[in-house]
Amino acid sequence: MGFWDYVGSYREKLLFDAYQHASAVLQCVVVATVAGVAIGVVTYRREWAAGLATTTTSALLTVPSLAMIGLLIPVVGLGVAPTVIALTLYGLLPVVRNAIVGLRGVDPALVDAAKGIGMSRARRLLRVELPLAWPPILTGVRVATQLLMGIAAIAAYASGPGLGNEIFRGIASLGSANALNQVLAGTLGIVVLALLFDAAYVLLGRLTIPRGIRG
Amino acid sequence: MADTGAAIELVGLTKRYPGDRQPSVDGVTLRVDAGETVVFVGPSGCGKSTTLKMINRLIEPSSGSVRINGEDVTGLDPVELRRGIGYAIQSSGLFPHLTVAQNIALVPRMAGWSGRRVRARVTEMLELVGLDPGEFRDRYPRRLSGGQQQRVGVARALAADPPVLLMDEPFGAVDPVTRGHLQDELLRLQRELRKTIVFVTHDVDEAIKLGDRIAVLGERSRIAQFDTPEAILAHPADAFVSGFVGSGAALKRLDLTRLRDLGVPGCPTAHQGEPLPQVRARLRASATDEMLLLDRRGRPVRWLRRDDLTHAEGPLTEAGTPVGGTVTRDATLREALEAVLTDSTGRVAVTGPNGVYAGAVRLEGLLGTVRGLLAADRGRAREHRRERESTRPEPTPPEAEGATAGRAEGDAVGSAG
Ligand SMILES: Nc1ncnc2c1ncn2[C@@H]1O[C@H](COP(=O)(O)OP(=O)(O)OP(=O)(O)O)[C@@H](O)[C@H]1O
Ligand SMILES: [Mg+2]
Repeated sequence: MGFWDYVGSYREKLLFDAYQHASAVLQCVVVATVAGVAIGVVTYRREWAAGLATTTTSALLTVPSLAMIGLLIPVVGLGVAPTVIALTLYGLLPVVRNAIVGLRGVDPALVDAAKGIGMSRARRLLRVELPLAWPPILTGVRVATQLLMGIAAIAAYASGPGLGNEIFRGIASLGSANALNQVLAGTLGIVVLALLFDAAYVLLGRLTIPRGIRG
Repeated sequence: MADTGAAIELVGLTKRYPGDRQPSVDGVTLRVDAGETVVFVGPSGCGKSTTLKMINRLIEPSSGSVRINGEDVTGLDPVELRRGIGYAIQSSGLFPHLTVAQNIALVPRMAGWSGRRVRARVTEMLELVGLDPGEFRDRYPRRLSGGQQQRVGVARALAADPPVLLMDEPFGAVDPVTRGHLQDELLRLQRELRKTIVFVTHDVDEAIKLGDRIAVLGERSRIAQFDTPEAILAHPADAFVSGFVGSGAALKRLDLTRLRDLGVPGCPTAHQGEPLPQVRARLRASATDEMLLLDRRGRPVRWLRRDDLTHAEGPLTEAGTPVGGTVTRDATLREALEAVLTDSTGRVAVTGPNGVYAGAVRLEGLLGTVRGLLAADRGRAREHRRERESTRPEPTPPEAEGATAGRAEGDAVGSAG
């Protein structure tokens, strides 16, 4: 069977896997973004705290994803749980780091002006600091998404959802008729998803970065 | 307007930054009256910004206190305090992600104004600082020139009509010409609004132009002199102040007085179409030998000398010489002097609104006026100093009261002699 014939006959299943893959990545990115920005907000003012946050998250990233999932299985079992936890943890680093860099990069004179005209700490953060730090944060989110696209494929090892199932099945049955097609379909699917997400980020940037600071 | 300025008192205000051995601001005590503009001027790093920021508690004092309208600000919530104090800084401090209108609306919004009132206020503020609301309201700051940004910065600081305005080198980042315009506009605004303004600069000329009083600050914000610009120019307290004021104090003084303030001397005039003999008689009766011919709207058009009238035959509009430059009643003495020095015969016509005749100034007369002014300044400055020396509060132990009073009296007599 040729590759396109394979894709044709397994379309439903491939689309389902792709949807699950995208949905898992998206949800984990959202959680990682919220948590990462929160960590950034809490730590960026203190050198040691910001350093600690960055080092911890980058240490997490050095753990091989297969090992991470393997370590999570005895704790949370098989299936969706280890996938979501692992993806969220990996997604944190780019977001945390860019949030800290972005928040620190806000011109101190503007922070001074915001204080000087009587903005409270919370209002300063929401109205001035976060909007100005948003472009680098969004870049961090984009990087996290790309990273998670690949890592999510490993989730199939723990019976997780997504296109990784295709790849693992292919690898397990190497030599059989459809093995190569399966690996290829899974991989290409991930690449296509990554490109679609990237396009979405360009759009999101246009919609959410205020015109006054758009590059 | 009832609710304009508020008096500000700094009492022993001191700031020592953590880790520094010396305080950066050391015991500043001064009072800014309601509706007054006080300029802090001093060399870079002397603590001007630090002192200013202690007024709105952007920096907490190490000791001493700030009172606004008699109320100690350290007891207030800093966020509330700052909403009642306008704050404008160098390079405008506008938020780049917000439009001009959004920037100006920030403080009124925080104060809970209704949307409609805020919009009306934004329009009003833009007009106040000389920017067309239709054109500028929805622009982002990066699409404004430096001068326009500064204007918006001032508009934002004034938006919620705070009684007190703190300005930290607000015009420091624009070219000299634009800076001059912005200064003129601040003066105009201040004539209308009568806010209490504390203005920081390291440009003495700016201080002289804008300040009702100037505090010349030295190392660690020690007050070297706190007085009117006239008095500081006429009588610098010490070598530091005179060094800082620089050369040309008398010339700088000329910028402080406008022709309007002095009463412009008159000069004989004639109207177009008046009979020649009548005009001749008028000039003869006057002490001068030149008069101004005015057009139908009362604007000066030609200078007529005695000879011109003697030889005149046709209409007066062809006699004499056309009026070259004129100055307005709002011109400073420096501008007037410049004009008469440039004029080949050493006189210029002065005009009021719509270019209507208001008088004329001559070199000799102007020089006399300037000398008189400088002498009066010196006299006043001497008097100030004497007053201050004789009223300086001294701790008086009860038993020594009589003796101290006697000494103070002796001082006053001594310095008068
Ligand atoms: N946050 C700070 N921490 C430590 N020292 C500071 C801080 N801010 C200012 N200083 C020090 O305090 C002194 C006064 O600074 P300040 O900014 O008040 O001076 P300035 O008169 O406004 O100078 P300039 O004209 O250059 O603006 C300087 O010696 C400066 O180094
Ligand atoms: Mg300063």
